[in-house]
Amino acid sequence: MTIATDPSETDIDVGRRLRMYRQMVSIRAFEEQVNQLYLRALMPGLAHLYSGEEAVAVGICEALGADDYITSTHRGHGHCLAKGAAPDRMFAELLGKAAGYCHGKGGSMHIADAATGNLGANAIVGGSIAIATGAAFSSKYLHNNRVSVCFFGEGALGQGVLYESMNMAQLWRLPVIYVCENNFYNEYTHFSETTAGEILGRPAAFGVHAECVDGQDVDAVYTAAARLVHRARRGEGPAFLLCNTYRYTGHHVGDINREYYRSKQEEQQWVTERDPLKHAADRLIAGGIVDRAEIDRLHAEINAEMEKAVEFAVSTPYPGVEEVEQDVYA
Amino acid sequence: MPEVIARELTFGEAIREALAEEMRRDSRVVILGEDVAEAGTPFKVLAGLVQEFGPERVVDTPISEAGFTGIGVGAAMTGLRPVVDIMFGDFITLTMDQMANQAAKVHYMSGGMWKVPMVMRTTLGATRRSAAQHSQSLHAWFCHIPGLKVIMPSTPYDVKGLLKAAIRDDNPVIVFEDKMMYKLKGPVPVEEYTIPIGKADIKRAGEDITIVATSSMVQVALGAAVMLEEIGISAEVVDPRTLWPLDEHTLVESAKKTSRAIVIDEGYARYGTTAELASVIVEGAFFHLDQPVARMGAMHVPIPFSPPLEDATVPTERSVFDVARALCSKR
Repeated sequence: MTIATDPSETDIDVGRRLRMYRQMVSIRAFEEQVNQLYLRALMPGLAHLYSGEEAVAVGICEALGADDYITSTHRGHGHCLAKGAAPDRMFAELLGKAAGYCHGKGGSMHIADAATGNLGANAIVGGSIAIATGAAFSSKYLHNNRVSVCFFGEGALGQGVLYESMNMAQLWRLPVIYVCENNFYNEYTHFSETTAGEILGRPAAFGVHAECVDGQDVDAVYTAAARLVHRARRGEGPAFLLCNTYRYTGHHVGDINREYYRSKQEEQQWVTERDPLKHAADRLIAGGIVDRAEIDRLHAEINAEMEKAVEFAVSTPYPGVEEVEQDVYA
Repeated sequence: MPEVIARELTFGEAIREALAEEMRRDSRVVILGEDVAEAGTPFKVLAGLVQEFGPERVVDTPISEAGFTGIGVGAAMTGLRPVVDIMFGDFITLTMDQMANQAAKVHYMSGGMWKVPMVMRTTLGATRRSAAQHSQSLHAWFCHIPGLKVIMPSTPYDVKGLLKAAIRDDNPVIVFEDKMMYKLKGPVPVEEYTIPIGKADIKRAGEDITIVATSSMVQVALGAAVMLEEIGISAEVVDPRTLWPLDEHTLVESAKKTSRAIVIDEGYARYGTTAELASVIVEGAFFHLDQPVARMGAMHVPIPFSPPLEDATVPTERSVFDVARALCSKR
């Protein structure tokens, strides 16, 4: 076990830092729109927002190539966007529209995108861990040098398939990175009530290389991810990256009254003191890369982009009912 | 006509030949499972494959059915055609999330973007004195889930052709093999062939009663048919061969012709395969039937260890004969 190197020691170029910031702002703006769609009763069902956790998806995906694979979770919008999915087709999927990535058949919890290597979000906690490991098995077998990243929340630490998968990944030296997003809450229960021992002790038990990083610091996440991806491509096997982060909103958009499991004070503290966007913006400004006005312009630009994407999704048609039986079988 | 020299293979040998042929034909085909390599499985069905194809393609896994099944799903989505080996059908319970929630749904949930061309081979069947956790016939569990295909071969010829078709199929296909049948011999052509998934086979033609039988029950039905012939009853034995997709037409047409039908399957009768097949026959041939469709399956008990108890749980030639004779004696 090692701690990721201090990001100040790393040399991340300006273009990359701006791209990562932009991507994080996009995810935040996307999720704000999702919440509005829910509040305006335009979205069927519920959605699990990624706000607060943006630096994890963005830092990790920035270290991946277009051919690399990811698997995602029920809280997956950030992963999909960071891997390159387009907001308009994502909103369309969230609204169950034909133009959505899955023709509206998947919805928020099942967005997949073959073009960006996204094997799909998964509504079974831990459900995609073996799939991501299988993708890494293919990469090794086919010698195509692709790395597979498995995003999962700390709630998935309770699923046995994680340990079965890590065991095989290590035995077979598979190029897979297990990214544990610890937002501290298994739905409505603090992870300390469900998780015995040290989290990093679990991958370590299998000999899986394990690190912990500040999940609110996109530079730190990227730096750690880049190193682990490089390691995996060199054939050095799987890794486990624990990213400590925080879920700003409830378990899903309808989880409004949360004080029975966490305090408003705790939430406020993360938002004001640990926000990944604010942290990155401050650093960009302090480094003289952008000024406040440019940051504001960027936000305005992205908000407009998201509004346009929402408009598209709202106005685009539902699939025809005749599609209900299509694609059950290939 | 040139004389055809019949070649006989056992059920197990036919499986091995199907796998070897497909692995030679397509380098993307890999086998994952417990004791599949040097051990060749406890049934020795895979013996010799690791020597020909190497440990990269015949992969011994830990005893982690959920994990390696899920790895099979992910590998199938990303360019391979895995054949996952689940030693005993009872262990499919451990794979249910990977099969029912993942493999079965990936294609549909992704709007057809991702495919899962994976085969799961596993076993069914009691009377091996293996008790309650190594003797079940749980194929109906998979038949219940849209997105999966379930095949139930009953002869060396069928298992070879169907397994090859399953490996070439772009969907998750589960093959249930009766473990009592691995030593059963039957003719298998030397020439390459496949059998389309979804096509029933009339194993014996007859006029008076239709016996629809699956997997392990096909031989039982054929035995009962011989006994019935001795008392002047001509039984037609129909083997659906694949439970989903199901060749409803052949079942219904046979029942229409004979006007009586029994459905036999080694799974539990309640909420099971026999219920579905009987319902298909009733819906399709109602006005042609002279008698209610009879169902015969495993008794609704955990499979007991004690031999006389275990033997009582599954249909036999004698019990099928008795039910058929009773149906045919009524007018």
